[in-house]
Amino acid sequence: MRYIHEFRSAVVAATLARSIAAEADPRRSYHLMEFCGGHTHAIFRYGVQDLLPPNVELVHGPGCPVCVLATPRLDAVIELAADADVILVSYGDMLRVPGSRKRSLLRARALGADVRMAYSALDALDVAAANPNRPVVFFAIGFETTTPATAVLVLEARRRGLTNLSVYCNHVLTPPAIRGILDSPEVVRIDGFIGPSHVSTVIGSRPYEYVAEDYERPVVIAGFEPLDVMQAILMLIRQINAGNATVENQFTRGVTREGNLKAQALVAEVFALRSSFEWRGLGSVADSALQIKPELGAFDAERRFNLIEQPVIENKACECPSIIRGLKKPTDCAIFGKACTPRNPIGSCMVSSEGACAAYYKYRHRSRSQSVADA
Amino acid sequence: MCLAIPAKVLEVHPDGWARVEVGGIRSRVSLAMLDEVNVGDYLIVHAGFALTRLNVEEAEKTLALFAEIAAKLEFPAHALHS
Repeated sequence: MRYIHEFRSAVVAATLARSIAAEADPRRSYHLMEFCGGHTHAIFRYGVQDLLPPNVELVHGPGCPVCVLATPRLDAVIELAADADVILVSYGDMLRVPGSRKRSLLRARALGADVRMAYSALDALDVAAANPNRPVVFFAIGFETTTPATAVLVLEARRRGLTNLSVYCNHVLTPPAIRGILDSPEVVRIDGFIGPSHVSTVIGSRPYEYVAEDYERPVVIAGFEPLDVMQAILMLIRQINAGNATVENQFTRGVTREGNLKAQALVAEVFALRSSFEWRGLGSVADSALQIKPELGAFDAERRFNLIEQPVIENKACECPSIIRGLKKPTDCAIFGKACTPRNPIGSCMVSSEGACAAYYKYRHRSRSQSVADA
Repeated sequence: MCLAIPAKVLEVHPDGWARVEVGGIRSRVSLAMLDEVNVGDYLIVHAGFALTRLNVEEAEKTLALFAEIAAKLEFPAHALHS
């Protein structure tokens, strides 16, 4: 597979590891947050942390779409799915996320609700066309990567006159979430950010420039392969050592400063900014999410249905909120790997492969000897 | 949802779809976010949509840099995972 294998070379990884060890100043430590859950997964799969000296620590960020969805919004959609008429469509991971009182969309389906799994947002078009007399709701989640897809869904539904289709919009934005973490009163030490791959293909590298300028933290956008991540770590260490805070792009094969302008235009046509939005773990973050524009209100499930968000009592043992902020590691959680496993997730971080708990659990038996550079 | 890898374009359909292949697995992706996609292009695909075209020239530059890094050692770079 072209452009995949070459980015997993064990020899290059070993050499990059050597450079990182040589350039990391032993008199200080480096706390680098990988924002994106895809990076968290790659870091565990390839044992990247084991290739780093002990004073270079990776802090796992909130870039896992299902992990950051506030439980009251999930509960509201589980209630909606219970309506016998409604067909609910969403991505696979979303169906497994536990809401309050151990409910989930999969469980709702087992109890008779019509809940369908989508691979692409456009799958909802076929469902709506095949069921013209029933309301079809697409439960849209995700960062800037899935947002243009939902925009295409809404515009296609309008073009095809699928008036039975609407979208429950839970799309969130990466740059405000980074600000939310840095502004959090509970200080997490972050010396630099490994910027997301796919999100950045859409939004470009420009939106991170304020992080570098206002917060004086370097950002290096990295590809998803292990060598990409290791090179980005080396670039961050070099910036930190030199006292620099700029945005650099390691993932030049996918990301430009401007990003995908066509995708951005689709998003701008369909969505407007929410003045604030509740995130699991981060709380309320200003200007951090999108809603469907009023002129497309006919496709907005929040206007068409009575979606009530009730306050919930979270499972106190679950450390997901602190893990999402980078304050705690999955292994700091008392129920990790015991009551909470991927087969029986208590918290959202254990559900998706992008969640830090799921990544820790899946690769927990990996020892130093199995990491990429030792092969 | 973020675990996608570059997919090679096999066919481009006039209605905005492409057939792509990754490691022998073929699927259909929407080209709604991209213009002027050609057979043989590599796309970065996410949840059924092509997010962007892989810039082959830039990929080769990064690989050349890695080859330079590997050359510091005395044996050739090889891939661990298939």
